[in-house]
Amino acid sequence: MTDATAYPTASPLPRLILTALVTSAILFGAFYLTISGQAVLGAILLAVAVAAAIIFGANRFYGARFIFPGIAAVLVFVAFPVAYTVYLGFTNYSSFNLLTQPRVAEILASRRSIDPTTETPFALAETEGGYTVWLPDLGLTAGPFALDETAETIAAAAGSEPTTLLSRRDALAFRSALGQIAITTPDGTELRNTGLRSFAQVTPEFAQTAPDTLTRTADGTVFTADPSTGFFTSAEGEQLTPGWRVNIGWANFERVFTSDGIRAPMITIFLWTFGFAALSVLTTFSVGLLLAVILQWEHLRFKAIYRILLILPYAVPAFISILVFRGLFNQNFGEINLILNALFGLNPAWFTDGTLARTMIVIVNTWLGYPYMMLLAMGFLQSVPQDHKKAAALEGASSLRVFFTITLPQIIPPFLPLLIASFAFNFNNLVLVLLLTRGLPDIPGTVIPAGETDILASFTYRLAFNDSAQQFGLAGAITLLIFLVVAVISYANFVAMRRAAAKRGGRT
Amino acid sequence: MIVERPATLRLKKIAAHGFLLCFLALILFPFVVVVSISLREGNFSTGNIIPQNPTLEHWYLAFGLDYTRADGTVVEPPYPVLLWMWNSIKISLIASFGVLAVATISAYAFSRIRIRGKAALLDSLFLIQMFPTTLALVAIYAIFDGLGEATPLLGLNSHTSLILIYLSGVTLHIWTIKGYFDSIDTSLDKAAAIDGATPWQTFRFIFLPLAVPIMSVVFVLAFIGMINDYPIASVLIRSEDQMTLAVGSRLYLNEFRYLWGDFAAAAILSGLPITIVFLIAQRYLVSGLSDGAVKG
Repeated sequence: MTDATAYPTASPLPRLILTALVTSAILFGAFYLTISGQAVLGAILLAVAVAAAIIFGANRFYGARFIFPGIAAVLVFVAFPVAYTVYLGFTNYSSFNLLTQPRVAEILASRRSIDPTTETPFALAETEGGYTVWLPDLGLTAGPFALDETAETIAAAAGSEPTTLLSRRDALAFRSALGQIAITTPDGTELRNTGLRSFAQVTPEFAQTAPDTLTRTADGTVFTADPSTGFFTSAEGEQLTPGWRVNIGWANFERVFTSDGIRAPMITIFLWTFGFAALSVLTTFSVGLLLAVILQWEHLRFKAIYRILLILPYAVPAFISILVFRGLFNQNFGEINLILNALFGLNPAWFTDGTLARTMIVIVNTWLGYPYMMLLAMGFLQSVPQDHKKAAALEGASSLRVFFTITLPQIIPPFLPLLIASFAFNFNNLVLVLLLTRGLPDIPGTVIPAGETDILASFTYRLAFNDSAQQFGLAGAITLLIFLVVAVISYANFVAMRRAAAKRGGRT
Repeated sequence: MIVERPATLRLKKIAAHGFLLCFLALILFPFVVVVSISLREGNFSTGNIIPQNPTLEHWYLAFGLDYTRADGTVVEPPYPVLLWMWNSIKISLIASFGVLAVATISAYAFSRIRIRGKAALLDSLFLIQMFPTTLALVAIYAIFDGLGEATPLLGLNSHTSLILIYLSGVTLHIWTIKGYFDSIDTSLDKAAAIDGATPWQTFRFIFLPLAVPIMSVVFVLAFIGMINDYPIASVLIRSEDQMTLAVGSRLYLNEFRYLWGDFAAAAILSGLPITIVFLIAQRYLVSGLSDGAVKG
């Protein structure tokens, strides 16, 4: 061990200058983020900058300099997102409640409604000095004006039909530019372009009468900002969408536990997630161990070739193999069904039948995962002392018996942390589910998208990113539940790791 | 080890080879079929393992070239596979170097430098590494959506964002490298300290050269992990020309536009280099694997 505090570096000047430069760069970033409205992220960067300045500036934190980048990366990229996800679980963040309240008020206030009684056809003409709008029903012309995507208000006057009218198709090219202009008629009404063929009077739907209230122009209904739901709400309870993001306490969790349409599929998915992870560990472990035992047999030839061929499924990038299986299992023109059909006359519906889909996912995961277990098992098998086996064999034990009473008990303890890690990995095996089935087929009778092959992680993924109503808040709440399970698994792994380490003789 | 009768031994050998060969036939079936499909005509074709009318159409398209069929019609590539491949490799290379640098330095400190609270830090690190970043997707989306309002460079649909978030994979690798450093004899750094080397110099001139094998293992593992990532990339990247291979490849097998043949060629083209790298590196990977790394 080296003593961390006893080493002043040769000249501190270059280091201090570098520290100052890096720190000010991060500080600038923090400042920039804060003024762009991202105060939380700005605060995090500020904390990083301060910590960097202290640790790299002061001599007494010499040792901490080495772990600072790692710890900072873990805090910023793992711990913060995890904490933020939990926080989002207590908000109503979704595609309806995406923005801030002032922005929502702005959007609602900019909404216009078209008065259909004032709709009047128009034609566009190219005239000297620009373009002119001709409103035949009113006998008015407006222009000429530039029609170059700038917002302007043009007064219309009585006139005659211009001779150089553009065809409808040519006028179409100016659609967006026409959207920017307003035409005021001699009697004072303001007309705007409302479609390919017409201009009409357009009025704002809402007027912002106070910071927290909007008044509907049509009937005078007053909508007040409701900070508990994040919507502008009228006295009768009518809500205006979009709303904004607010903290709604335990409401998401209440939904998960009390709404039948969510709770029932949640339980199914929860059980399947455990079942899937356990089954995957079991199948990959048994297949891998079996192959490892055969490959370790001293009389077997061509071991190297077998080994390379057997780990091929592990060597190919998983996303490619999963997609290949998606094609192979295709019900109508997948090769697997072609063969099953030719041999047994079967045509299983792998993607539409729940049980079959689950079977398929476990088969594919076994294919993907057994080489890893095989490689590990080959390593552990080598460390089992040969004389134990020999002694047992001399006593007349069959090789099966030797395996189960001598070999297996010796390799399970060092294997355990890795099996738990594999369980945790499969518990959240998003790549497999998303690429193979997307959780489909759907469980019937649910109010949210939930599939037979969904695991908890893919379920939240679909809630948040796959459907029309992106329910980030609800997904965050469910993620918190996953975190709790993962925490338990993680702790179990920790304990198992400690035990294995203690057995190896107290290293680590 | 134990003397067996030649006849039983012979039977056992036949059984073992027979089992392995059957198993291999089953396991390698997808590879054979994919090669065959990539050479067949059309995207829905079924047929023999050896195609009757082999065509290189899907291969032309995978390489991003137009293909002119016998009847004169020109087929254009459906997706920019080579661009996706480049995106994937670029992002994964940069992020893997980042992960490697941070992990190696931290692992050295955790293994050799006396820091207050190190044991507690290590324990929490071990617990945290079990939380996959993919679980915090909602937050990651929200964070980068927010950052994007400040600067599009760090927003959604940006490779920089993806590289940054991939740095979160560092925890696992700190453990792997630390295990390696722990196995290095302490007399080495004691000797260096007696000669007046600072911890940084000890790291730079003694540990870093020694760590090259484990660093290559970690690099390959990190690289493969990032190439294989679908969830994070699919949430952060939206436009087709920014996609990584994993996100883009999924487009081929869309229910409404099912390009099975084109996919087969693209899959081989993009999967082969990574597979070869892995097979070359696998000898060295095994030791790294048993130290607790899990690959998908």
